[in-house]
Amino acid sequence: MFEPEVVYDSRRVILPTDHTRPTTERVWVRRLLIGIAVAFMAFVLVLPLVLVFTEAFRKGADTYFAAFADRQSQQAIILTLLVAVIAVPLNLVFGVAAAWCVAKYEFWGKSFLTTLIDLPFSVSPVVSGMVYVLLFGAQSMLHPLLKAYNIEIIFAVPGIVLATVFVTFPFIARELIPLMQDQGNTDEEAALSLGATGWQTFTRVTLPNIKWGLLYGVLLCNARAMGEFGAVSVVSGHIRGKTTTMPLDIEILYNEYNFTAAFAIASLLAMLALVTLVFKTILEYRFGDELAGTRRH
Amino acid sequence: MDIRVDTVRKEFSHYPALNDVSLEVKSSELIALLGPSGSGKTTLLRLIAGLEMPTAGRIFFGDEDASSKTVQERNVGFVFQAYALFRNMTVLDNISFGLKVRPRATRPPKAEIRRRAMELLELVQLGGLEKRFPQQLSGGQRQRVALARALAIEPRVLLLDEPFGALDAQVRKELRKWLREIHDRTGHTTVFVTHDQEEALELADRLVVMSQGKIEQVGTPDDVYDRPNSPFVFSFIGESSSIPVSVENHELWVGGRAIGLPAPNDAAGAAKLFFRPHDVELVDDGAALAGVVVASRRVGGTRRVELEIGGLPERVEIDLPFDHPAGEKSRIAFRPKRWRVFPQG
Repeated sequence: MFEPEVVYDSRRVILPTDHTRPTTERVWVRRLLIGIAVAFMAFVLVLPLVLVFTEAFRKGADTYFAAFADRQSQQAIILTLLVAVIAVPLNLVFGVAAAWCVAKYEFWGKSFLTTLIDLPFSVSPVVSGMVYVLLFGAQSMLHPLLKAYNIEIIFAVPGIVLATVFVTFPFIARELIPLMQDQGNTDEEAALSLGATGWQTFTRVTLPNIKWGLLYGVLLCNARAMGEFGAVSVVSGHIRGKTTTMPLDIEILYNEYNFTAAFAIASLLAMLALVTLVFKTILEYRFGDELAGTRRH
Repeated sequence: MDIRVDTVRKEFSHYPALNDVSLEVKSSELIALLGPSGSGKTTLLRLIAGLEMPTAGRIFFGDEDASSKTVQERNVGFVFQAYALFRNMTVLDNISFGLKVRPRATRPPKAEIRRRAMELLELVQLGGLEKRFPQQLSGGQRQRVALARALAIEPRVLLLDEPFGALDAQVRKELRKWLREIHDRTGHTTVFVTHDQEEALELADRLVVMSQGKIEQVGTPDDVYDRPNSPFVFSFIGESSSIPVSVENHELWVGGRAIGLPAPNDAAGAAKLFFRPHDVELVDDGAALAGVVVASRRVGGTRRVELEIGGLPERVEIDLPFDHPAGEKSRIAFRPKRWRVFPQG
């Protein structure tokens, strides 16, 4: 490292002028960089968000609310909520279980499992949807069996739930693994040595230790579950009023040139994102030290 | 409750952490497991607790074979180095945890749990802090809460893993004395792990010195300090100097000269001489060890000098009276008053 040589002379006190510390940039450089970042964010993030709401209200509040009176859109909203209500608790259980395994035990194939948990992040959602179509669709080997028992998965709600569970799986596990690794095993060992059963240890010691991290993961998981498009689009079949979730409904409305209705539904999703963000910020502000992944998301 | 460890072996992924260790702890005894890191002392403690299961061998609590019992069934009080207090619970809830999680049949009524927890809080001298959370306590206070929590379940044995390791020197000393008092008052069979020999010597009835997964010596502090039975124990406990010697004609020789130390029972051949810096006498004539002062420093009331003994690479340290005139390059002749010879190899 080449640091500028500073000679400290008692007769000549060097006052900080332009920059206060050697590691800080000059004022104009700082302002320029911040300006670029803010301008970029305004263009890419804030402007679209504002546009969603202005488009939604373009023809007045009446038209805006009329969009929600549409039965098929209502069903899309209900389906979205239903999918989230099923997928998020499932991933809550899977995520805690996976994080528990990875963080608290040493076993053969552990790093492989950790990689596997990340798979939904790295693979395109469309591909995950396709996998389920291949697995349960009309061409699959399982199809005759499913048909015999009259079970519909693809182009039906179970398929949408499956695809959503797959895509949103990593959110909770990824949040908990570093947190639980960091906390180690000693609290659990202490509880066990005091005579607690495994379940008592989990509910009274482990869960309270991870609760804020867990809530954080659930928030992100929920936001993604409601907003997922790609994977759901492949397995849904786009039957309006039956297998369309909000994102799919928005696409259909948009393609039918029903812009106001499309943006009205979109504004609901955007609001969900805003609420999630507010909660997330509160959590980070209040319990930052109990969240592992605050720097990653 | 006495504890018997019978040829216990523990391997972690084929690496032996403990090698056929046997040990008997008498009822109401305070025992220290002492050794450098990696000596297996914590593993032994965790095996006794049931936090680890042995690869081979058995552990008895009294006459009962506890080897296959889980940690819950063994009813031990375990205190961790990093306290492991439950951060979401108050001090009182921490202490009463072990009673609250009991099955209904054996769980005391609420008022009784509270009374016992408050009593323990007094015992560990933290009365009035029951509503605090662990984060609001100092390290020493936290460790006291951890001890009270372990005592609350009326354990058969008390096990402490480096209980004072995370505390600063002053608090350490206080808690040490205080643990001894609590032990004498409650009479629990207590085993604690430490790498601090001063702590072990001061606190324990008996010491178990461990190295590389084996027990080197078991004995009272006096035994271990005055009669170390291996080169390892001699150099690990207390201060020591050692030089290579040879045993011939039942006498010790260094560099072709007898040094005036008899060795009636040692086999002839190469050996190593151990002595403590303060256990030496200066001599003016006769056979002795002679060396040149290469460094000296003041240690408390004495002067510690480092000597180079004729041509040997090892330097030895001895204590001189602080007003001894020896300076750099002075020649000093001395003889250990007490020493041990261990055959080389």
